[in-house]
Amino acid sequence: MSTATDKRKAPAGERVADWADGRLGIYSLAKANMRKIFPDHWSFMLGEICLYSFIIIILTGVYLTLFFHPSMNEVEYHGSYVPMQGVMMSEAFASTLDISFDVRGGLLIRQIHHWAALIFVAAMIVHMMRVFFTGAFRKPREVNWVFGFLLLVLGMFTGFTGYSLPDDLLSGTGVRFMEGAILSVPVVGTYISFFLFGGEFPGSDFVARFYSIHILLLPGIMMGLLVAHLILVFYHKHTQFPGPGRTNNNVVGMPLLPVYMAKAGGFFFLVFGVIAAIAAIATINPIWNLGPYRPDHVSTGAQPDWYMGMPEGLIRAMPGWEINLWGHTLVLGVFIPLILFPLVLGAIAVWPFIESWVTGDKREHHLLDRPRNAPTRTAFGVAWIAEYIVLLIGGGNDMFAQYFHLSINAITWFVRIGFFAVPVLAFIITKRICLGLQRRDNDKVLHGRETGVIKRLPHGEFVEVHEPLSQDKLHTLTSHHQYTPAEIGPTVDENGVERKVGAMEKLRVKLSKGMYGEGNQIPKPTVEEYKEIQSGHGHH
Amino acid sequence: MSSQEIPEDKHLPSEQGDAHHGGVAVADDPFADPGLPVHKPRIQDIDDRAAKRSERTVAMLFTVSMLATIAFIAAYVIIPVDKIVYIFPLGKVSALNFALGMTLGTALFCIGAGAVHWARTLMSDVEVADDRHPIAAPADVKAKVMSDFAAGAEESAIGRRPLIRNTLLGALAMVPLSGLVLLRDLGPLPEEKLRKTVWAKGKLLINQNTGEPLRPEDVQVGSLTFVQPEGLEEGTHEFQTEIAKAAVMIVRIQPDDIKDKRELEWSHDGIVAYSKICTHVGCPISLYEQQTHHVLCPCHQSTFDLSDGARVIFGPAGHALPQLRIGVNGEGFLEALGDFEEPVGPAFWERG
Ligand code: HEM
Ligand code: FES
Repeated sequence: MSTATDKRKAPAGERVADWADGRLGIYSLAKANMRKIFPDHWSFMLGEICLYSFIIIILTGVYLTLFFHPSMNEVEYHGSYVPMQGVMMSEAFASTLDISFDVRGGLLIRQIHHWAALIFVAAMIVHMMRVFFTGAFRKPREVNWVFGFLLLVLGMFTGFTGYSLPDDLLSGTGVRFMEGAILSVPVVGTYISFFLFGGEFPGSDFVARFYSIHILLLPGIMMGLLVAHLILVFYHKHTQFPGPGRTNNNVVGMPLLPVYMAKAGGFFFLVFGVIAAIAAIATINPIWNLGPYRPDHVSTGAQPDWYMGMPEGLIRAMPGWEINLWGHTLVLGVFIPLILFPLVLGAIAVWPFIESWVTGDKREHHLLDRPRNAPTRTAFGVAWIAEYIVLLIGGGNDMFAQYFHLSINAITWFVRIGFFAVPVLAFIITKRICLGLQRRDNDKVLHGRETGVIKRLPHGEFVEVHEPLSQDKLHTLTSHHQYTPAEIGPTVDENGVERKVGAMEKLRVKLSKGMYGEGNQIPKPTVEEYKEIQSGHGHH
Repeated sequence: MSSQEIPEDKHLPSEQGDAHHGGVAVADDPFADPGLPVHKPRIQDIDDRAAKRSERTVAMLFTVSMLATIAFIAAYVIIPVDKIVYIFPLGKVSALNFALGMTLGTALFCIGAGAVHWARTLMSDVEVADDRHPIAAPADVKAKVMSDFAAGAEESAIGRRPLIRNTLLGALAMVPLSGLVLLRDLGPLPEEKLRKTVWAKGKLLINQNTGEPLRPEDVQVGSLTFVQPEGLEEGTHEFQTEIAKAAVMIVRIQPDDIKDKRELEWSHDGIVAYSKICTHVGCPISLYEQQTHHVLCPCHQSTFDLSDGARVIFGPAGHALPQLRIGVNGEGFLEALGDFEEPVGPAFWERG
């Protein structure tokens, strides 16, 4: 700011900033945020990968719209891809061929767009897992968890609609699949299908309709959610792992300017560079091998993009139940998978609310949990992943059958049984592993770190020398909080009046026992235990 | 400003660090928070030569990026769009795609690598702590907001004049209906459309491979032939929509091997015609096993037995494939004896 004594003119950059500040108040904004502290951990980069792949998708997507014709008009192909010369196809398919063969760099941008979309959804799931397993979803971040989950769901649908646009044989098969699923909806299924497709399948409207959904509607909503998501990350300040000097009341790390900005900005270019290189060497969705869509043709090994493998698995494993009653058909064989899709996906989304209901904890949590210290939550997350994987296997049953020389029948039955059994097994095993790791931490705290050095005691016994942990370590390993299980409490109050205990309250107490009761978490060592054992060591 | 503490509930287990705030280790608590560890300098912080080396590395990465961008432009100009080259181990690839992708990738990656290296080696890596403040507003702020809101509500008189409130709610609830009504013309009503195909009595069965009508003697045992009704013209929307229902496959089975009585009746001399559209979710069926007369849908492996009324023998399909009744016309060509008697393709609520 210029003062009376400061005669020289401020540099140009400062003058621009002054101009903007007078209109936008940027200095106050920068005061609060420019040196904002960001904790560092590799897993905090996963959200960034989501963000960057989304930006890459937008950039490349806008480029593609310059050349893509979202029309189902039938045209004869006369572009430079020789094997398709003279073939009748929709303009959508023909313009995708043009992008791939006649626009210089068009193929690269198409492939970057598609790869980035696959990485986007994958990164969202991994990011969600990191948030889940560390308990970063706890108060005050539940809303941001929901925003994130909506982004995941919308991301899947954006991917699906985009995948359908070229109107090639494979994507058309996927759209048919969707139409069949819509038809299975009781009462309104046929109406929804006719309204979506402008009549019977495939009609001549769906590419244009999917186009506006894919490039405007869904990305627009996602953009809004994404900005809200990031504003909340800023507003809440990022969580951090426990450690010396890191408390629930502070945030330890490096300032936005310059370190975080350089690292995060640099990371954008790293992600973009890697995706560009992948697009240079790995062909994706070679629609020219598939040909234009015809409802009576099909390519073998029809597979959706990976993120649609989960519903695909549901629909493949479900028995073909159909109930005919009073002149109507209930197509359970398709409708149940259609319902299970959001239910399986949403199971993970509701966990934070169940957990906070069970604990009754209304405090803010800014310190992350190590997954082992929340055994039930971790076990649930792993069970969810296991379920997802079972269904992915189901979605690729033909490929797995071929690859492992198994019968499709065997895989289908594996998926049918595994749908119920594998998550339960995964839950039990994970919980045991977590408890084991908790015990090991306790051992480390009480008896020190194994040094690998063997010492012979005077009476001949060999023992391994344990080195006591530093206070840093001791603190880190003991700083997590442990809930005590909820109790029903006295059912008669002090005046002898019977108190009703609701079913929900009973359920809550039961769940709480299952999560924090004996055998469901290993009590962490107390200072007294530690001191006793340490003084005992002195006698050796 | 005295820093507001995140409130703690007494009945819940304590969070880390609340007893010994500010990182002062309490002498007789071995688990106490010792506070932030002291900063360990990096080699670049103490050795000027190492710092110089880092600087050169960063500058070199940025320079490589510039060169890669120049190479990108050169490749764009020089390499023809249709040039195919062999590159180990990728095989035959588009030269332009490969060159553009690798140069763009390098240009981007080097900017990123340079920035990250700069941040890691040359920018300060001293960790700093910032305070957190509770998200929830203090009680006095909340009280002010509540009283402001009450004042606003009071001045609007909405509480005292329920007539305004109720009619407003009604108007707001109704106005979206217009939007809903506008969606009506998205498509026609289903009516009987899913029940009918273009097949009709007398329509010839056209071989999709040759485009010619079929005679019974053209149909060999053991082969799967795809047919469409005469008069369907390829390359139009109507074709796409009609073939989505009318696609038919025919096979010849020894009449003795046909187990289903109606199937035998509707066949001609062992030739049976079935809808090619899978009754699961509508993929076209494409694979035929001649010994067993099983056809397989490649999408989710539903398997139908063509010698037994095309009933489902495996997979997620819920009902048999509809059969088309066929015969031979006066000139000896295979013809349909009517439309399918039931809807083809996936099941739906009104199917019954
Ligand atoms: C468009 C997709 C998404 C983008 C661009 C995105 C971006 C980010 C970024 C950059 C961060 C901060 C860095 C980090 O913690 O990784 C973050 C944090 C967070 N994300 Fe996402 N995310 C996305 C999807 C999701 C999903 C699917 C979920 C979970 C359902 C989720 C839940 C959260 C939560 C709760 C935080 C706060 C974590 C903390 O402070 O520790 N996000 N997100
Ligand atoms: S569409 Fe044929 S099995 Fe699913």
